[in-house]
Amino acid sequence: MGSGTLITLMLAAIVFSAGGIAVSKILTKGSTNLQKGQAYECGVPTAGSAWKQFNVGYYLFALIFLIFEVEMVFMFPWAVVAKKVGMLALVEILVFVFILFMGFLYAHKKGALKWM
Amino acid sequence: MISLENISASIHQLLSANLSQTAVILIEMSIIALLAITLFALLGLILVFMERKVSAWIQIRLGPNRVGPKGIFQTTADTIKLALKEGFVPDGADKFLYKLAPFVVMIIAMMLLAPIAFAKNFAMWDLNIGVFFITAISSVSVIGILMAGWASNNQYSLLGAMRSGAQIISYEISAGMAILTIIVLTGSLQISEIVNSQSNGWWLFKGHIPAVIAFVIYIIAVTAETNRAPFDMAEAESELTGGFHTEYSGMRFALFFLAEYINIFIVCAVGATLFLGGWMPFHIGAWEGFNHIMDFIPSSVWFLGKTFFLIFVIMWFRWTFPRLRIDQLLNLEWKYLLPISLFNLLFMTLIAIKGWHF
Repeated sequence: MGSGTLITLMLAAIVFSAGGIAVSKILTKGSTNLQKGQAYECGVPTAGSAWKQFNVGYYLFALIFLIFEVEMVFMFPWAVVAKKVGMLALVEILVFVFILFMGFLYAHKKGALKWM
Repeated sequence: MISLENISASIHQLLSANLSQTAVILIEMSIIALLAITLFALLGLILVFMERKVSAWIQIRLGPNRVGPKGIFQTTADTIKLALKEGFVPDGADKFLYKLAPFVVMIIAMMLLAPIAFAKNFAMWDLNIGVFFITAISSVSVIGILMAGWASNNQYSLLGAMRSGAQIISYEISAGMAILTIIVLTGSLQISEIVNSQSNGWWLFKGHIPAVIAFVIYIIAVTAETNRAPFDMAEAESELTGGFHTEYSGMRFALFFLAEYINIFIVCAVGATLFLGGWMPFHIGAWEGFNHIMDFIPSSVWFLGKTFFLIFVIMWFRWTFPRLRIDQLLNLEWKYLLPISLFNLLFMTLIAIKGWHF
């Protein structure tokens, strides 16, 4: 079928979602008031906006994730030909993973994986 | 013999005999779109109903049983209820992103259906990098979740989205490694070839212990990736109300909900394809009679059976394990699953190169 399928599926998803939202918009009627428009915080008055600086405890994980994700991108083509190339592929990936894993252990030692 | 493969081939022949090239493509595309939408809606209804019935069964209660016989129309009624609810946008929200987020999540879920082989030679687009496509596209859905959480301008939503993001990106690595473990054996990323390579036995059985370890890691990782209990930190009801979709109501909430269940189906379908042989029937070595009987069961039934079995396992998890804390969750991934899956992959490579597998 080719890549046209992806465009078709994308359009199908858009039509499906937009259709659902449009139908519900026709069927319902809305009202607005001050309390209704506020962000939900379990019934107590909303304490300020959520768009402020706060400490995201996961950013170090995100950085390490980036390294491993790039490693995965390298590994996909490797995995396809690993069987054909033979022992050489295993040795090369061992070197690659060794360097990567040393970096991972370094991050671990430095406390990047510790919960703050 | 009637099979999905023959039906799609005869439709193609019928159309191309009577119409021009462009018209055939257009009609086929619209059939695909209609089928995909139908599949989406049906899967949503079935999976939500299944979830409630399985929960009820595990907790020794009846579950939904009022609407229709045995309560099978319960989810239809719920959908109508959701359609009748007001789709509300909070005043403080970023209106554009708030409205865009459900679309992003839905488009990703829909596009993931493309390479999956539902039956013998029956996939929407059997592209040669099928598995890689699924891994790549499924990681985009985290953007939709972060978008929803941030645009709501609600502190619960933002925290839920951040947690969800951390969790999805962490577990994606182990899931990818588990997938790679099988790719090393098959030497191809194309779904049809992966399935064909299992015609004499499923990789779960042929690949020795590393395949079993990879399978277990894959199931754990996808449970976390789809934000399901025991890893449902993103929408831990008791602490973050609804997580990233706290502010969503009506149809937009329904879309998130639907996409979540479709994602469960997709990851289970991929798991079934990689480890349990996709649409391949179950064969036992030299038992000719038994194998012959198994061949009579249609390939689509095999595929759906395996997929729904995996979905059942994931639903079973929900009522068996208590919820993890966020730091325990990240520890589990980074200190246990990641090193194990990395070494498992290397071990499997050795087995594949030496030809020790069956």
